[in-house]
Amino acid sequence: MPKDVIRVEGKVLEALPNAVFRVELENGHRVMAHVSGRMRMNFIRILPGDQVTVELSPYDLAKGRIVYRAG
Amino acid sequence: MTIRAKNPEEIEKMRAAGRVVAEVLARLQEIGRPGVTTAELDAEAVRVMTERGARSLFRGQPHPRGGRKYPGNICVSLNEELVHGIPGPRKIAEGDIVSVDVGVEKDGWCGDAARTFAVGRVPERVQQLLAKTAEALEIVVREARAGVFWSAVAGQIENLVNRAGFSVVTDYVGHGIGREMWEEPRVPNYVSRDDFVLIENMTLAVEPMVNMGRRQVRETDDGWTVVTADSKPSAHFEDTFLIHRDGAEPLTRLPQATEG
Repeated sequence: MPKDVIRVEGKVLEALPNAVFRVELENGHRVMAHVSGRMRMNFIRILPGDQVTVELSPYDLAKGRIVYRAG
Repeated sequence: MTIRAKNPEEIEKMRAAGRVVAEVLARLQEIGRPGVTTAELDAEAVRVMTERGARSLFRGQPHPRGGRKYPGNICVSLNEELVHGIPGPRKIAEGDIVSVDVGVEKDGWCGDAARTFAVGRVPERVQQLLAKTAEALEIVVREARAGVFWSAVAGQIENLVNRAGFSVVTDYVGHGIGREMWEEPRVPNYVSRDDFVLIENMTLAVEPMVNMGRRQVRETDDGWTVVTADSKPSAHFEDTFLIHRDGAEPLTRLPQATEG
């Protein structure tokens, strides 16, 4: 039985130092998320208000990684 | 992240659990004919498991993102359904592809495997989908050995699938397995940051999920069944592997000699 990678949609609330963002998920939870290496490599800018896809850590559901930005 | 190698005694127990899984899968492929409901497959799986002193690992499994516990004993996913199909009154029809996913616990240890089979005649492209997904597991047999990075193996799976014009599902991944069904590490079928070095006597459930069309999938309203976003067929093959120094040994297959 395969395991879900736990990817959820959310909205960026605020940018913090070191490319960390506070993101509100569609279920209302707020998580701290850093930006995936691939997105940094491609210089994808993330601003408050952006819709993003967050991969949650299986170890700590309050932490995540932004893997896509909509648009 | 703690990834522990299994000792010889534990490995023997996992072999025994794997053997039950293989027997259940063989039985399901035997009886999965047109007109049979997916609930009947589920009941037969339970019968075989019980006879062998094993129980379903799937029943009551908590949903990873909350929601209801898994209500079936096995997963039966038809055509555009990828994984986590809940058995019910739906009848198998001629031309369907049927994915059966079986996990058991026996004597405190787990085995988990899946097969997709065609019922009657299916288009050639669908046959290729099944063949390529099965072939991905053979890459694991040959290439997954102690000392290599998992991503090196996953990259070959991705290449095989992409060359055939199919796509690897990235929203679901395989997993370590032992006392529990879902143990560390995560075992994706694509190159990713979730990488780790394979060690001798580590046990992993490797499960390529391959879509004929695009890789996007979604969960249906029943809370579990996952379908392809474009409604094209999807295949799922899985074995529980024991990592050796020179390759990986599937623990969830019947011994060759007794097969024919």
